[in-house]
Amino acid sequence: MPETNETAQPETLVSVRDLSLDFDTLSGPLHALRNVTLALPKGRITGLVGESGCGKSTLAYSLIGLLPGNASIVGGEIAMDGLDLAHLRASEWRKLRGTRIAMIFQDPMTSLNPVTTVGQQMLDIQYRDRSSRAEKRAKAVEFLEQVQIPDPESKLDVYPHQLSGGMRQRVCIAMALLTQPDLLIADEPTTALDATLEMQIVDLLKELQGKFGCSVLFVSHHLGTVAELCDDVAVMYAGEVVERGTARQIFHDPAHPYTQALFECDPGRIREATRELPTIPGTLPDLRRPPRGCAFRARCPHAWPRCADEHPPLYLRDEGHDARCHLLDETEAVA
Amino acid sequence: MSLLEVEDLRIRYPRMGRLRAALKGEPHGFEAVAGVSFEIEAGQTLGLVGESGSGKSTIARTLLGLKEAASGSIRFDGQEITSASARDWARLRREMSMMWQDPVGSLSPRLKVSSLVTEPLRIHGQKAGRDEATRLLGLVGLPAEFAGRYPHQLSGGQARRVGVARALALDPKLLVADEPTAGLDMSVQGEVLNLLNEVQKRTGVAILVITHNLNLVRHITDRMAIMYLGRFVEQGPTEQVFGHPRHPYTEALLSANPEPDPDSGRARIRLSGEVPSPVNRPSGCDFHPRCPHAQSDCPRIVPDWTVEGERGYRCLHPL
Ligand SMILES: Nc1ncnc2c1ncn2[C@@H]1O[C@H](COP(=O)(O)OP(=O)(O)OP(=O)(O)O)[C@@H](O)[C@H]1O
Ligand SMILES: Nc1ncnc2c1ncn2[C@@H]1O[C@H](COP(=O)(O)OP(=O)(O)OP(=O)(O)O)[C@@H](O)[C@H]1O
Ligand SMILES: [Mg+2]
Ligand SMILES: [Mg+2]
Repeated sequence: MPETNETAQPETLVSVRDLSLDFDTLSGPLHALRNVTLALPKGRITGLVGESGCGKSTLAYSLIGLLPGNASIVGGEIAMDGLDLAHLRASEWRKLRGTRIAMIFQDPMTSLNPVTTVGQQMLDIQYRDRSSRAEKRAKAVEFLEQVQIPDPESKLDVYPHQLSGGMRQRVCIAMALLTQPDLLIADEPTTALDATLEMQIVDLLKELQGKFGCSVLFVSHHLGTVAELCDDVAVMYAGEVVERGTARQIFHDPAHPYTQALFECDPGRIREATRELPTIPGTLPDLRRPPRGCAFRARCPHAWPRCADEHPPLYLRDEGHDARCHLLDETEAVA
Repeated sequence: MSLLEVEDLRIRYPRMGRLRAALKGEPHGFEAVAGVSFEIEAGQTLGLVGESGSGKSTIARTLLGLKEAASGSIRFDGQEITSASARDWARLRREMSMMWQDPVGSLSPRLKVSSLVTEPLRIHGQKAGRDEATRLLGLVGLPAEFAGRYPHQLSGGQARRVGVARALALDPKLLVADEPTAGLDMSVQGEVLNLLNEVQKRTGVAILVITHNLNLVRHITDRMAIMYLGRFVEQGPTEQVFGHPRHPYTEALLSANPEPDPDSGRARIRLSGEVPSPVNRPSGCDFHPRCPHAQSDCPRIVPDWTVEGERGYRCLHPL
């Protein structure tokens, strides 16, 4: 568990404000992100969780300028050191990517080139470095060792398809670590790893984060890992951030009904073995026509008429903990 | 007779070019799977867990006839398939189906979802129109409007559901699912698993599920096998294995499953030492260099498979 002081206000590295993003589709614009506001504090690990398709990867890609061609940012900004990442030119992105911001993807083959050896790719990524080829090679071996790749020397000569799924992901992690970024974005980096390795990678990310003081955005569906690794947690639903707080606040006192429902589905919390796992009935709303009021209303056990009419703002639950749910409106409690 | 009977299966990969291997004086191939035996009965689910790189997907590829076995036997429905002809495979491919580890990459990027879900039917010469596509999408909880999308327009979870629909299209006898819910949120994971369970109850399909998700194994499998460096270290009824692991690697693996609570502070067994390579196996017990309980005979003696009731393990000093 992180030992950071939870009340001190850490400096912000990246501040996402009111970010809205549309995908252009044949049937009209799909509003994948809607008024997302989120601060990534310096030197802390922020977990991002939420339903498949709620926009976690889209948010992650927008932080590293790797959005697909049919995406357009239609509002808001992403502030980092006086830059607005939401409106950067391609040439400016090339300067940031791989130096100040690095990413590990959900699918390791996204960042590995299938026709180039692992070693060559690890040399290529150090192209800014002026050291000799032999030094770069040694550094590549060192980082492969760091992520516990057996026989690292010989792995430099293999192609990505010759590695197991977990090893490919470890190679990606090694490549991201090589660049020592300020912001490391990790989109489900441990999904393909076994539990002992997952914990090793989690320890490794913590260690690296402590060593270089970088900020990490960690996207995951594994709530146990998020609880273990992250200082802060943001919960997304249907393109919105619906709850934010420290990991303790979110896991001990979830305020949004979606967060509560998500936790109830976690088989890790169910002691007795069962084949009938709990689910959240219903589906994500159609993001081309997001509902007017609360996005979770149709699936929410507590919904009442106000939820259909009025879009809930982020209500404060506690210092540093807020959620988009009218249940938290104090004037409601009085009524 | 079980639906699937695997005996002493061994699978090799080349490690480097023959010439290089000869120059370096090292063997050019290695055993990624080094003698594995198991059975799955119709209607049963076996969970295969273990170290990343231990050979789990390799076993799956060989079961599906995509990679040759070096030796050993695989009997499916009474038929030896390591020596099956191309004609036999045409039938076998209908009866065995696969859900791949990589959700998006395994879907052809140029096909629409409607073609993707019905492709297995068309490959086997069956008609498959819009209605069939809609039915299959409905089966995995995707609205019909997804039929017109391409893989890159799907989220990871949506792509995964398309994979489930494809795997179920042919009504297989054996479903091999490599990480069927990796990348899914807890609710959708529950849906996919309930769906597999429901299909299994209805059709009696046997399922081999390969996964790192220990919570999933605990809830949905009847039996589980734990793999390390190309071999099973333990196998048995899931409840018994979770209740009392006999092999130290199993114990370490199970202890690494984190609790969804930042304050849980549960003691974990952290494995020290390097992850060994199947190219240079340790002497004696494969696990001894990292084993917290290793004793003086472990580096010398290769442990046999010990059978105890419904379970078995490979350890000289079981827990
Ligand atoms: N290029 C695209 N064109 C159109 N729609 C897209 C595109 N990429 C993603 N989407 C849609 O945008 C929404 C958000 O997708 P995103 O990949 O960000 O979800 P996610 O939260 O990362 O999901 P998962 O947990 O399954 O990875 C989804 O509904 C998805 O179908
Ligand atoms: N095509 C190949 N050529 C050479 N070696 C390979 C090939 N495919 C896999 N291997 C090696 O075989 C071993 C087993 O790989 P496999 O993909 O079966 O592991 P796995 O247990 O599925 O791992 P993961 O949990 O990471 O997916 C690994 O050492 C891997 O590097
Ligand atoms: Mg995603
Ligand atoms: Mg695998």
